[in-house]
Amino acid sequence: MVVPPTRAPGPVAVPRAARSRRRGRWIGWLFVAPFLLVFAVTVLAPIGYAGYLSAYQDLMVGGERFVGLDNLLGAVRDARLHEAVGRVCLILAVQVPVMTGLAAVFALAIDSGRLGAARLFRIGLFLPYAVPGVIATLLWGFLYGDQFGLVHSVNDTFGWHVPNPLSGTWALPAIGNIVTWEYVGYNMLIFYSALRVIPAELYEAAALDGAGPWRVAWSIKLPALRPALVIATLFSIIGSFQLFNEPAILKSLAPNVISTYYTPNMYAYNLSFAGQEYNYSAAIALVVGVATAVCAWTFQAVAARRKDA
Amino acid sequence: MAATPHRIRASRALTAVMTLALVYAFLPLVWLLVSATKTQSSLLTSFGLWFDGPFALWDNVGETLTYHDGVFVRWLLNTLLYVVAGAGGATALATLAGYGLSKFAFPGRRGVISVVLAAVAVPSTALAVPTFLLFSRLGLTNTPWAVILPTMVSPFGMYLMWVFANESVPDSLLEAARIDGASELRTFRSVSLRLLSPGIVTVLLFNIVATWNNYFLPLVMLSDPEWFPLTVGLNQWNAQASTVAAQPIFHLVVTGSLLTIVPLAVCFLALQRYWRSGLAAGSVKQ
Repeated sequence: MVVPPTRAPGPVAVPRAARSRRRGRWIGWLFVAPFLLVFAVTVLAPIGYAGYLSAYQDLMVGGERFVGLDNLLGAVRDARLHEAVGRVCLILAVQVPVMTGLAAVFALAIDSGRLGAARLFRIGLFLPYAVPGVIATLLWGFLYGDQFGLVHSVNDTFGWHVPNPLSGTWALPAIGNIVTWEYVGYNMLIFYSALRVIPAELYEAAALDGAGPWRVAWSIKLPALRPALVIATLFSIIGSFQLFNEPAILKSLAPNVISTYYTPNMYAYNLSFAGQEYNYSAAIALVVGVATAVCAWTFQAVAARRKDA
Repeated sequence: MAATPHRIRASRALTAVMTLALVYAFLPLVWLLVSATKTQSSLLTSFGLWFDGPFALWDNVGETLTYHDGVFVRWLLNTLLYVVAGAGGATALATLAGYGLSKFAFPGRRGVISVVLAAVAVPSTALAVPTFLLFSRLGLTNTPWAVILPTMVSPFGMYLMWVFANESVPDSLLEAARIDGASELRTFRSVSLRLLSPGIVTVLLFNIVATWNNYFLPLVMLSDPEWFPLTVGLNQWNAQASTVAAQPIFHLVVTGSLLTIVPLAVCFLALQRYWRSGLAAGSVKQ
């Protein structure tokens, strides 16, 4: 709320413009304050509280004991956390490039003008993004089922031997497939939007120079996609580290394949809600949060340096 | 329509490849649509991609809405509450803050920007467990506030509004309004808000989808099914099948999933042009 000035005019005459400018110096805060207040309660305070919790250990008898960095150091050395982080890194190394690459190809195809019904493809591929991750996982879970799901039906009807997608080897690719299905259209739309704002002069110049469609795609469209690729990859890195819904829900279909510490988030969740190990869970959340932020910032820094080089 | 010039014919090979992609995108949705018409028993025994047995869609819908004293309807209303308060609140806060950061050179502005941008990289799910611990100490868990409050903060939404305000609200226009003696709040309401509206719609859409689809936060915060949103409720129905001596209700999970997707998909297709303009603003500028 902007409070009208109620001060009596002072003895020293300050020029009107300067006075209003000085008064206006703090008005920006009024716009930002509501956001920052909720931000402090739901982002900064939990981070601080996690730091506090991670410095203590809950004793069976006699309350809490200060342990300093022990929980954090324990988390860094925890073999289960290593396994979980290794798994999301594998997703990061395989699923993210596949999804981003497909999305870029789809966007280039729709933008090329060589598709009939381009609009249908654009909207149709984007549609899975409207499906909540939980429901997407339930759906794919039904399709994956080799007892009574689609995989079973296909094997039954055609006499094929499609391997069980929820067995040890295939569970991680099966999860990667669900994530790809959910987000490929979303990324495609980001890339497509970036392609639409390429100025027409560039195409005209290329046509004058005699460049064919492949050459245009390579020399004009791909460079124009760069910033969008960086943003999409950044969100995918953050998303991979957060992986929770898909493995947690598939766990009911494959309890022996998907462990309680399948991803870092599942580990933190299960420590809190199944194990009541709140202090250690807070330490895991902190370590994973820092690792994600470091990964995201490193990627961004490398991408920025490549651009300058 | 395409920006690439002249002499372009539709390519069959490209259309074929893209059709495959479309089949992939639609496969689970077709399965869902077909399966929602089946009874519990034919759901488990028939081929997933074709109709079988009696047409049970309307029975399934009726049973979904009334099962367990109509808890599905309760979950739907909860979801709407979280969307209206959480996504609506997030959009309002992001708009005010983005505009404030863009249009006022106040002391501490750079600090605010770097803290919030750093927060974009902090995974919200990594925060959920510490937030639960803090909220449970404050007695907020298992209340709607536990879901609404964290949903109200969208650093990415604020970033988008900041970029959007930089682009679409000219400083000269604000100067003119100030010279006319309009207060900053009045200028915001009567001049800037209109210019910002395409950006606001985009951020609102993002927040609606994120809130409608959210699972982890309510899962962590709520233990009383009375407050569940659809996502948590539906997964509970699904898990009911694997508990001992429970009655599987897969046909209700399937029909409930369909009922959850349809409103969002419709709203989404109707408003999809806003997504494109918003995505362009967010992804092209760096």
